[in-house]
Amino acid sequence: MKKMLALIMILALMAPVFALADDMPVVKIGVYEPASGDSGAGGKQEALGVQYANVVTPTVVIGGVEYKVELVPADNGSSTDKAPSAAQKLVSENVSVALGSYGSSVSIAGSQYFADAKIPVIGLTCTNPQVTAGNSHYFRVCFLDDFQATVLANYVSKTLGANMVYCLGELGNDYDQGLIAFFTQQFEALGGSVIKEDFPTNTADFTSYLTNAAMYGADIFFCPVSIAYSTQIIQQAAAQGFEISILGGDTLDSNVVAEAAKGTNVSVVITTFYQEGANEEFDSGFKAWLNSDSEALTNNGGNDMVSAVSVMGYDGYYMALAALQAAGSPDSAAVMAALPSVAIDGVSGHIAFDEKGDAIRTSAFVKTINNETGEWIFVTEQTVE
Amino acid sequence: MNKEQSKRPFIVTWVVVALIYAAVFISEQILPPSSMLFTVLKKGATYALVAVSMNLLNGFTGIFSLGQAGFMLIGAYVYGIFTIPVADRSQVYQYFDGGLVQFTVPVVTAMILSGVAAAFFAFLIGLPVLRLKSDYLAIATLGFAEIIRAIVQWNGLGPITNGSNLLRLFPNFNDFNIRNADGNVTVYLSTLVPFLISGVCIFLIVLLIRSNYGRAFKAIRDDEVAAEAMGINLAHHKQLSFCISSFFAGVGGAMLAMYQTTVQAKSFTSAMTYEILLIVVIGGVGSITGSVLSSFLFVACSEWWLRFLDEKQMIGDFEVPLLRNGFRLVVFSVIIMIVVLFFRRGIMGDRELWDMGADSKAERGTKQ
Amino acid sequence: MWDTVFPYLLSGISVGGQYALIAIGYTMVYGILRLINFAHGDVFMVAGIVMVYIAASGVPLWLSIPLVLIITALVGFLIERVAYKPLRSAPRMSVMISAIGVSYTLQNLVLYVTGGLNKQYPTIPWVSETIVLGAAKTKLVTVVTPILVIILVAALVTLINKTKIGMAMRAVSKDFETSQLMGIKINSVISATFVIGSFLAGVGSLLYFTNYSTVIQTSGAMPGLKAFVAAVFGGIGSIPGAVIGAFLIGIMENIIKGLDVILFKSGVITKPLGLATFSDAFTFALLIIILVVKPTGLFGEAATDKV
Repeated sequence: MKKMLALIMILALMAPVFALADDMPVVKIGVYEPASGDSGAGGKQEALGVQYANVVTPTVVIGGVEYKVELVPADNGSSTDKAPSAAQKLVSENVSVALGSYGSSVSIAGSQYFADAKIPVIGLTCTNPQVTAGNSHYFRVCFLDDFQATVLANYVSKTLGANMVYCLGELGNDYDQGLIAFFTQQFEALGGSVIKEDFPTNTADFTSYLTNAAMYGADIFFCPVSIAYSTQIIQQAAAQGFEISILGGDTLDSNVVAEAAKGTNVSVVITTFYQEGANEEFDSGFKAWLNSDSEALTNNGGNDMVSAVSVMGYDGYYMALAALQAAGSPDSAAVMAALPSVAIDGVSGHIAFDEKGDAIRTSAFVKTINNETGEWIFVTEQTVE
Repeated sequence: MNKEQSKRPFIVTWVVVALIYAAVFISEQILPPSSMLFTVLKKGATYALVAVSMNLLNGFTGIFSLGQAGFMLIGAYVYGIFTIPVADRSQVYQYFDGGLVQFTVPVVTAMILSGVAAAFFAFLIGLPVLRLKSDYLAIATLGFAEIIRAIVQWNGLGPITNGSNLLRLFPNFNDFNIRNADGNVTVYLSTLVPFLISGVCIFLIVLLIRSNYGRAFKAIRDDEVAAEAMGINLAHHKQLSFCISSFFAGVGGAMLAMYQTTVQAKSFTSAMTYEILLIVVIGGVGSITGSVLSSFLFVACSEWWLRFLDEKQMIGDFEVPLLRNGFRLVVFSVIIMIVVLFFRRGIMGDRELWDMGADSKAERGTKQ
Repeated sequence: MWDTVFPYLLSGISVGGQYALIAIGYTMVYGILRLINFAHGDVFMVAGIVMVYIAASGVPLWLSIPLVLIITALVGFLIERVAYKPLRSAPRMSVMISAIGVSYTLQNLVLYVTGGLNKQYPTIPWVSETIVLGAAKTKLVTVVTPILVIILVAALVTLINKTKIGMAMRAVSKDFETSQLMGIKINSVISATFVIGSFLAGVGSLLYFTNYSTVIQTSGAMPGLKAFVAAVFGGIGSIPGAVIGAFLIGIMENIIKGLDVILFKSGVITKPLGLATFSDAFTFALLIIILVVKPTGLFGEAATDKV
């Protein structure tokens, strides 16, 4: 046993030696994403965007020298207790910049480790304000929870004309709870009323929560929960003949969720970063890549629909390349210094950072599910006004 | 357990421990701080304390409790709540107007408070639960840990616990580094300090086990009825062992908070308890040295050495089969099952470093 | 009032029936081996995953259902042979640790196989149809579950009371060593127990995942724990006790989730209290209370420890 283990260890240590056979210098970009746990599905889709971008643009010219870009994945397991060692793994691999994570709490949990090593991180879809607040190394390309909540509240109140919203969040999940808290603030300010309930982690039976919403006479069922829970909620709503619209945040924007609503009468409305079809070139390229790689297709939930999180991963990768070029060196501290002034025209729109390191965004896309085809369809582009 | 043995094994033990501490200190000054080694050592030191505290209960007193994660949760939260700088509270408690607690206590005081709070809850839960038999007790303590988690996450307690949101910005291990005026680190202590904390705590546990109380605990473990007949107050001793074990689990929780730099109740699941239990089993139920050794081994394997199993590896043009995300855990579980089934005594059985005389095979992390 | 409470009762009866099928496995194993089979909830989850993969490979439904049940029973049998049998003479704690190890292994294996992604459970026709019951709409499986549970329990009780293997089971659970001396093949009795328990968990998984249709490696943990609580509540070792306990737990859990609404509608409170937050915690609190007040549960026999 011991000998076997030693042998395996030696082989593992030699693996990088083989990988270095190329002559081109290598610059490393960390992909700090969950590949397991509650957010595993979302994290994988986000990483797909980064991987696709890496296939499209595998090299970058930094300071006149062409570098090969190597992606270093680290699974943070969707859990704050696994996040530190995943972050530390990227630090010990000397990545120049890291991308991620899906889920704000793991982003915050790994933050200090990147800060201590002076490695900048570009958040892709972590929307909690606390991710970038009070630090200079964390940036992000997506909008924030308070912005998204305002957009949602406005849309629900003004466009849908709802007065009472039933909110359901996962107990212990700061994303759900944060978005609901901001939403409640905004929606009550607009004159609406809110009822909020929580469910414990690993809940599978949502029937009683759906019944509660119906009994209270809510107009909207707001559940900004992870993909796994939202598919359950939609399917159980369908079985109950649930007539209230289900409203969600960016986490629901997944083909898995759309698939769950296919063939049912459940109406689902969400806000998100991107709508498939907005950039024809990206869509067709991404789909062709997914279909050529069976593992990527599986990670995308089995079909080739474009999820907004993949787009954010794609844009984040180019943001990182732009920063590397601006820095003129793969040194992480130089990249960090260059990042605040970097701007690109990404697939999801023009991206530039404000003084906190957050992308300046003025609108979000509102989408709904076509129940017949199981696809997302564009409704409107909603601003805070 | 002949007390009249020569003092030599103990001297050897102390020398080994001193060497380990020296090695930790020196390597921290020479090696780059980004090395995975230090992450493993910090987490290992934390888990070592928690595993030893669990061993005190399960291995030395024969109380099969599965509440460890619950007590760690209490410790971690108490530590976080009392040490987040007041200036940062409005940011951390962003949904709760800066929270209710508006003062901080020194780090050491907070750690002791963590232990005391955990012990207090252990006392309360112990009153009814410790009367139960082995497996009922296990499931009751497991249930207790789940209840604690739900309560801490409850929005009603938000002004204190921050509800479902993370606690962060409290002092962590890196704050123990000594910095000069420019903010550059001159002496690295971020790994040595957790070693010192858990070393002192484990030393206290060892003293306890070698005292009259410890012998009473072992008597209870070996035969409850006989122990009672010998005049040992069962309820009293079980309660004592339960509270002390929880005290150190609480301190371990505070250390885990420092290691993670953030605390969220969601991660203190029963899976965490099982992990610690498995560490105890691998090390040898009833051996402090074993628990410490296996903590470091377990953490090193899961966080570092076996991580390559989760990624595609190419040997030349040959792609090693089976390697993808999750394989590490499969290999790990198989190893654990093998230990559980075929090497039931674990690494150390019930022997200790100082029982092994001058023959000191244990290399690191062994603290008397 | 009835209209308010009815949907919760319905959900409760449905999920309670599914807990019952798992709880029987716990209670039978405990009755014979005095072991909390921590891996039982994971066997239930494995049954779900096996169904997902069998259906995905294109096996027709009439074949896939019996296949799943057989595989699940086999998994239960193998777990006993590999992980519990070698520890027959070891202290109880070792066996329990082994059970925890098996649970850890099963979860990690499934994590590896599925890549940590939620798997969509195949739709089983007929039971998935939506029906209207009074004020509530639900899937047919909700109604089928309690009926099926009663049929299966009746069959099981007959098996235990009338057949030879049943008699052997009763003898072993009364006195392990004496029954061995009397010539009962203890290992085959234990294997039979595990096979039956796992088979029922397999049936439970068919019903459960038809209602809550995604499977992931942690899917078995909560139902497993709840079923265990049900078994303790009913008096561990007693099959009717486990079943009644499971229905009670299922109903109470759903009533707690809806208690705010019920109180709100009947005018007792004017503002929701947020009690739903504690639906799981409540189950565990109940467990601790039962253990302390009446450790033998509703129908359990008082056990005396021999010195």
